[in-house]
Amino acid sequence: MSALTLTLKSHPAQRVDMSPLTCNKLKDLTLAEIAAITLQNGKAKIRVDELFAISGEDTQNLLIKNSFEKLDFIGKELDGGTMTVEGDVGAYCAIGMKTGAITVNGNAGIFAACEMKKGFLTINGNAGDFLGGALPGNKMGMKGGTVLVKGNAGERVGDHLRRGVILIEGNAGDYCGSRMTAGTIAVMGQVGNHLGYAMRRGTLLLWNQPKIPATFNDCGTHTLAFLPLLFASFKSLNSKFADSAAAFNRVQRFGGDMAEMGRGEVLIKI
Amino acid sequence: MIINGVVIDKTFAEAFPMKATRAIITAQNEKWAMISAQAMTGFATSVIACGCEAGIERTLTPEETPDGRPGVAILIFAMGGKGLAKQLETRAGQCVLTSPTSALFAGIDSDIAIPLGKNLRYFGDGFQISKLIGGKRYWRVPVMDGEFLTEATTGQVNAVGGGNFLVLAQSQPQALAACEAAIEEMRKIPNVIMPFPGGVVRSGSKVGSKYKSLGASTNDAFCPTLKGITKTDLSPDIESVMEIVIDGLSKEDIDKAMRVGMQAVCALGADAGIKRISAGNYGGKLGPFHFHLQEILA
Repeated sequence: MSALTLTLKSHPAQRVDMSPLTCNKLKDLTLAEIAAITLQNGKAKIRVDELFAISGEDTQNLLIKNSFEKLDFIGKELDGGTMTVEGDVGAYCAIGMKTGAITVNGNAGIFAACEMKKGFLTINGNAGDFLGGALPGNKMGMKGGTVLVKGNAGERVGDHLRRGVILIEGNAGDYCGSRMTAGTIAVMGQVGNHLGYAMRRGTLLLWNQPKIPATFNDCGTHTLAFLPLLFASFKSLNSKFADSAAAFNRVQRFGGDMAEMGRGEVLIKI
Repeated sequence: MIINGVVIDKTFAEAFPMKATRAIITAQNEKWAMISAQAMTGFATSVIACGCEAGIERTLTPEETPDGRPGVAILIFAMGGKGLAKQLETRAGQCVLTSPTSALFAGIDSDIAIPLGKNLRYFGDGFQISKLIGGKRYWRVPVMDGEFLTEATTGQVNAVGGGNFLVLAQSQPQALAACEAAIEEMRKIPNVIMPFPGGVVRSGSKVGSKYKSLGASTNDAFCPTLKGITKTDLSPDIESVMEIVIDGLSKEDIDKAMRVGMQAVCALGADAGIKRISAGNYGGKLGPFHFHLQEILA
């Protein structure tokens, strides 16, 4: 069976809520039924077949072509199956994802992997602000799964992160790891200011020396036994993180944020 | 049945169901992994008084361990799941957590998980860190030499305990030499341990005692110094008897270990003073697993 392919016919002026189009929601639907689904487009409702050319039949392998930055909520609460997006995606990609895999061959907007529970999100371009974060007012961001960003990520990566792993091959913006409760964020490039702001627990793993905030204290250099296990778990990824040359177990450890409960850590490769 | 002059008794060893687990201890080098493993499996020869039976299964190369350091696999057996969990946790806390450079990992998968480092984490006094890596939870506990890394749980499996055979020899040195040869071969078999000191026990027991408080006492039928005053199972030329007890993860594992062990004993033969191989059983009343010596060697 070939992948169910939705090819965007034109770029609508208003944003589109793509949340009805996930593998689990389309399961057992005929192409006619899928075509008749209505999507919120700004204030209007629009049928899927008005917006997309539909081909293929495998609903568990969904391909969205010609995507652009106004397609929001792609893969919302995805519960199994594989979604691939050619082009950019809007906000809230993979929000609340339960299981499955989403690959974005482009850039992602704000709040990608927001409150994601499990599964795997790959962003082959850049990610916007609040990657893996919590919705405003909520206390828990991403609770599990893995996010891989091949480009750069915006500000507030992992805001309120509760569990899971965020891997960024490029740079991360300001406030990386802000208000983290637990989990791991690894950044191969540079990070911005206010690293680990109000971080409670969790690990920020860095390849380059950041600006260490005044509320993080130096705990010295260490060889940490868990790092080889962590890097071994990246081996199967199609990423720089899988490269054994990128792995290390000697780090400079900073503990903080001492203005919060101070059980978080920034580990910097030495 | 006679092999190389050694009489194989037409009898069977009687074994019983147990619960077991495997843990992997790693360290900076094999020396320290072994020291920790020896401590963890110490005083664990018999469930009668030790609470569990434990032993070193084998050493592991860095390629075989989760953290890429030299390691040792140990097996622990107990009569029930609760007892096993208690022994595992106590021993891990006192013998591995305390051992320099050590780390502790699960060595067996099972639907039934028992705590390995799950509760040891509290030693970290709030500074402990959890990491979920590849679906497995680990705990990083800060200790004075750095960090103690431990997997949260390991698996509990059904197992078999009490496989055994007796080596009856013309002299004590000959009995010990035969047992040493057997143990050397048996240690090459995976999934089994021989929990007694050096793998050999010289004080085989029978069920019951003339003293009411004791559940087991010396196996007088196989004590050579009592040949003339008890209902003996020994011929006049037997001067020493030693036993090898085997616990394994399955009946087949014990079968294999008994086979290679008895073959090693038989290879020495009557010329080396080995007269008979027998086994301990309780008339088939104690355990459902019966290891018939002649069938194993057939």
